[in-house]
Amino acid sequence: MTPRGDRATGPHGTSGWGSSVVRHAARIAWKDLRIELRSKEIVYTMAFFGALIVVVFSFAFPREDKLVRAAVPGMLWVALAFTGTIGLGRAFDRERESDTMRALLLAPVPRLAVFLGKAIGIMGLVLAVAIVVVPLLALFLSAPLFQEPGLLALVIVLGALGFALVGSVFAATLLKVRSRDVLLPVVLYPILIPLFVAGTSVTETLLAVDVNLDTAWYWIRFLGFYDAAFLVLSLWIFESLVIE
Amino acid sequence: MTRAKLDRVAVTKLVKRYGGERALAGVTLALGGKSMCALLGHNGAGKTTLLGVLSTLMRPTDGTVVYESAGKVVEGAAVRREIGLLAHASLCYPELTARENLEFVAGLYEVDVKLDALLDRVGLDEKARDRAAKTYSRGMIQRLALARALLTEPSLVLLDEPFTGLDRGGAIALGAELAALRDTGAIVVVVTHDLEAIADRTDHVAILRRGKLAFEDRGSYDYERLKAIYHQHAS
Repeated sequence: MTPRGDRATGPHGTSGWGSSVVRHAARIAWKDLRIELRSKEIVYTMAFFGALIVVVFSFAFPREDKLVRAAVPGMLWVALAFTGTIGLGRAFDRERESDTMRALLLAPVPRLAVFLGKAIGIMGLVLAVAIVVVPLLALFLSAPLFQEPGLLALVIVLGALGFALVGSVFAATLLKVRSRDVLLPVVLYPILIPLFVAGTSVTETLLAVDVNLDTAWYWIRFLGFYDAAFLVLSLWIFESLVIE
Repeated sequence: MTRAKLDRVAVTKLVKRYGGERALAGVTLALGGKSMCALLGHNGAGKTTLLGVLSTLMRPTDGTVVYESAGKVVEGAAVRREIGLLAHASLCYPELTARENLEFVAGLYEVDVKLDALLDRVGLDEKARDRAAKTYSRGMIQRLALARALLTEPSLVLLDEPFTGLDRGGAIALGAELAALRDTGAIVVVVTHDLEAIADRTDHVAILRRGKLAFEDRGSYDYERLKAIYHQHAS
C-alpha cells in the first residue's frame, strides 16, 4: 500500500482541506451514481412515479389556460417532493443494508464530504426526475413551462439542492429507525415548506402571461438563502446526528 | 497526512447506555501494539458495543478511549485512518464488484493498493473478483469484508466474529493471517465465539459479562485453557 501524494485529508491538515472535501464528496456521489447506473432501481421508480402523478393530475384538473397556469407550479413541486422522498429513502437504505454508512463515517475523510457526497447524489436523482416531469406537464396539461427555460432550470436546481441538503440530514438521522419510511416525510415536509412556497411562487411567476422578473428573482434569491442556510446548518449538525 | 501508527489504546471506565439499558458498565482495558486480544463473552455481554466505541463510531456515555502513537495522543481522522473494521455486516456495496468496492475504499483513504495481492491474501477466488458482490456466498462476502478491513494496513484491527461463514480451513488461515498482522506491530482485537480458531494465537484475553470486564489476562492460551476460563468467567 502506498499513499497517493501528500494530501491533507483531515480537519487538522495545513492545506487542501477544502479540496479534500470536494474530492471525496465527488467520489461518494460518483459511487452512488455508478450503483444507480447499474441497478437503475431508484431512478426508474422515481421517474415512473413522477410520470404517474402527472397523468393523474392531467385527468383530475380541467385544462383551462388560466387554471393550468395557476395549478401546474403546485403539481410540479408536489411531483418533485413525492418522488424525491422515494429516492431519498432508498438511497440511504442502500447505505444501511450492508452498514456501509458506518464504513463511510469510519474513513479518514471529512464527514462533511460524506454528507455532501450523499446530498449531491440525491440532487442528481431529483434533477433526473425533473427532466421527465417538466416535459410531461407541458405535454399533458399544455402548460407554458418553457417560457423562461433558463430561470425555470435555475429554480429547479436550487429546489433540488435544498431538498437534497435537508433530506440527507433527516434520512441519515432516521437510518436506524424502524419506521423511517413513515417518519421521513412527516419530519421532512414541514422543514421544506419555505422551499415549496418559494418554488411554487417563482414557477407561478414564470408561467404568468406577463412574466414579472423582479418577483421571480425575489423568490430565486429566497431559495438561494434557504439553501445556504441549510447547507451551513446541515454541515454543523450532520456529524452529531449520525454518530451513535 | 503522515500516518501515526497506533501502539496503545487505553479504555478507562467506559460506560455506554442505550436508553435505560447499560451495555457497558465501566470497562477499563489497555490494548498494546503487537498483541492480539480475544474479546470474549456471551451474547449481550457488550463486546460489539465495545468494538463500536473503539472504532469511533459510537460515543461513550461516560469514560474515555485514548489512542496513542509513540507516546503521543492521536485523534480524529488520524485515528480513523489507522482502524480496520470487520463488522457483522460486510461494509461493502452488493452492486459493486470486489475490485470496485476495494478501489472505492482505497480512494477514500487515498492509497494505492495491489488489489490482486490483497485478494489472494484473503483467498477470494480470482473468477469472483469482477462479479457483483451480491452474487457471493457468505464465506466470499466475509473474505471481501476482510480484504476491505486490511486494505489500508491498519494498526488497530477490530474484528467482530471474523470466522463466521468461513470453512475450517479458511478459519485457520484467517487465524494465521491475524497472528501475522499482530507480529507486524498491529493491535488486533477479535470478538469471537470460535475459541478453536484463536487458541494458541491470542496473547491477551478479556472476558466481558453484562457489560463489565469479568476477566483479563495476558499470555498464551491453548484451546482447553481458553475454553476453561471462558466457561468460568463468561456466565
